Amino acid sequence: MTSRTTERRSRRHRRDLRWSPYAFVAPFFVFFLAFGLFPLLYTGWASLHRVELTAPTEMEWVGLRNFTRLLHDDFFWNALRNTVTIGLLSTVPQLLIALGLAHLLHQRLRGSAFFRVAVLTPYATSVAAATLVFALLFGRDYGMVNWVLSLAGFDAVDWQNGRWTSQIAVSTIVIWRWTGYNALIYLAAMQAIPRDLYESAELDGASRLRQFLHVTVPSLRHTILFTCVVSTIGATQLFGEPLLFNGAAGATGGAEHQYQTLGLYLYEQGWVNLHLGRASAIAWAMFLLLLVVGAVNWLIARRLGGTATGGGATGRRATGRSPRGGRTPGVRTPDDSTPGRST
Amino acid sequence: MRRAAVLVAVAALAAGLLSGCAEDPPEPPRARTHSDGGSAEGKTVITVGVFGSFGFLESGLYDEYMRLNPGIHIRQSSIQRNENYYPQLLTHLGSGSGLADIQAVEVNNIAEITATQADRLVDLSRTGGVRRTDFLDWKWAQATTGDGRTVGLGTDIGPQAVCYRKDLYAEAGLPTDREAVGRLWAGDWTKYLEAGKRYREKAPEGTAFTDSASGVLNAVLGSSPQRYYDEDGEVVYKTNPAVRAAWDLAASFAAEGLTARLQQFTPAWDQGFANGRFATVSCPAWMLGYIQDKAGPAGEDVWDVAAAPRPGNWGGSFLVVPRAGSRTEEAAKLAAWLTAPAQQARMFAERGSFPSASAAYGLPAVSGATHPYFGDAPIGRIYSRAAEDVPVQTVGPKDLIIQQNLSDVGMLQVDQRGRTPRQGWEAAVKSIDNALDL
Repeated sequence: MTSRTTERRSRRHRRDLRWSPYAFVAPFFVFFLAFGLFPLLYTGWASLHRVELTAPTEMEWVGLRNFTRLLHDDFFWNALRNTVTIGLLSTVPQLLIALGLAHLLHQRLRGSAFFRVAVLTPYATSVAAATLVFALLFGRDYGMVNWVLSLAGFDAVDWQNGRWTSQIAVSTIVIWRWTGYNALIYLAAMQAIPRDLYESAELDGASRLRQFLHVTVPSLRHTILFTCVVSTIGATQLFGEPLLFNGAAGATGGAEHQYQTLGLYLYEQGWVNLHLGRASAIAWAMFLLLLVVGAVNWLIARRLGGTATGGGATGRRATGRSPRGGRTPGVRTPDDSTPGRST
Repeated sequence: MRRAAVLVAVAALAAGLLSGCAEDPPEPPRARTHSDGGSAEGKTVITVGVFGSFGFLESGLYDEYMRLNPGIHIRQSSIQRNENYYPQLLTHLGSGSGLADIQAVEVNNIAEITATQADRLVDLSRTGGVRRTDFLDWKWAQATTGDGRTVGLGTDIGPQAVCYRKDLYAEAGLPTDREAVGRLWAGDWTKYLEAGKRYREKAPEGTAFTDSASGVLNAVLGSSPQRYYDEDGEVVYKTNPAVRAAWDLAASFAAEGLTARLQQFTPAWDQGFANGRFATVSCPAWMLGYIQDKAGPAGEDVWDVAAAPRPGNWGGSFLVVPRAGSRTEEAAKLAAWLTAPAQQARMFAERGSFPSASAAYGLPAVSGATHPYFGDAPIGRIYSRAAEDVPVQTVGPKDLIIQQNLSDVGMLQVDQRGRTPRQGWEAAVKSIDNALDL
């Protein structure tokens, strides 16, 4: 082998080392440009126009009118309110239950693998299938929920028509689908908490509950924040569940729009009423809203980050804490992966 | 040695699998290509885009056309719900791509398609074999532009009758014979309300006279020549006395407690059929199959069909041929054939889709049709008579949105939330104004 060929090879090797990574990540960015960034920018452009789906190429410039009219749009504010209340109704219980479930799964129990897979099955079900079943369960005349209530001596509840009852029903579907998913995330984080923390707590005579409250929960702080962020994003984009909760009404979200979320209103404007410009403006309003939510979360995360190294509320310094500082070891924090919820 | 054995085993297995594949009997043609057998090789392929199960495929019309025209191969694609199908059709028409050679259009969308998409569609009135006189005048007019281009050929229509349960009527002391039931309310929808009040007096426990106030509203509006638009294309639903009269009448069904407070096409409504929750339902021809599905064997010979108080129309579809297609001529021929009277008659006999080609009404497949599930009711006669007397209805581009909001927002509030008719009306108007961008 001549020295020249070796040199050429090594040059090629260097080039390879240098550029191959870009080639490997390129597909993601190409796809992102085509299916992420372009629609985003196009939607922004369309939101400044009057565009109808019957003639998507004819755009009439209207400036910010689509946005200013949202300010006086009762349906928009109604949808925003519903999104917030359904978001709270679904996220808060969901995360609390997930935390409890994770705690139970964390105990040594027989067939733990089975239970871990089992909690994830709702997540693997399609929204459509789950929602259709729930819509039947929450039926007014022949629903199983009302049947159980009647056994307990309560009157039948009209789940679909009441403002609160319908929102609770929709939230139940969300809780059912996402609790297991969050529980597994919590479980993964729990398993990374050093055993000796619990041992010393036990020596101090702390009960299981106290251990949970004073060792487990503080150690999971960042994981909890992560699940909050992901759930908030999911709740803001909530669409499939309320859409299918009453399939016949389509995107109206009930007779009084009582469970019409922002996602549904966007869909109604764009694909039922065919106003693409107005739908785009709603999409951008949602995007801005998510940015605000993100900023708030970031502020909270910074707060938490400042105190995280201070140890748990027990006042005991975490001896086995990972060298990465405040981060809970073994847990992917939001910057690593943010599985968006597809609804 | 062991390695060799494994290799041999794997090879044998693979060979077995491969030959197994090859020996598989050919799949039945319908499952494979969604249409008739034979490969599409060397043939002109015509694609048909429909929503729901349209019936052309199921009743074997594609197969027959391919047999008559060996050079043609038909493929159908279907999207289940029109609310998903229609926006997609519009985007495809707008971009001129992704279209099937023939596309179906629902009657509530046809005015918008005719008004906004006509230059993207083929004028089908000039296709060979298409005779204007074969069709009902009003159906033909609905897909014809101001300058006389007909961009859609009518498939079925939805002439209305009223379906009722004989057993519940008997218990409530009402007549059960279909002629006598029709006479109860002949000529006037308010007599239908009176019949409801009579039913209520001795109503079997747990049953209501009719399913929903919205159902009544749609039925009454379906028999009104003018609904939401006037002849000049102005939105007049707010001031049209016919709409207000229909509104008040439907609302009084709710106020009098004559409805089962259901919403149509929901699972609860389906359960209502299965459990016999209501005694009557407004019944266009296509509803017969729906009732048969949902009420099941238990409903056989229990349900019957009587003439509606006034003839009206609810539903129906059209076929259009986009100009962006590369086989527009062949596609137009197929569309014409599929909507010709003989084929429409066959669709009625096999699928219950009532012909929009009035020339088909004289054919024995229509005129002599009876329905065993509905006590051998002479449905051909009942629906033909209704179809011929349906008023010529002015349709507008946003009919679907106005109708949806009137029934699923306004009237639903009155029926299920106990709102006053005025409150329901105002909610509907607000929702419609927002939707129409006025």
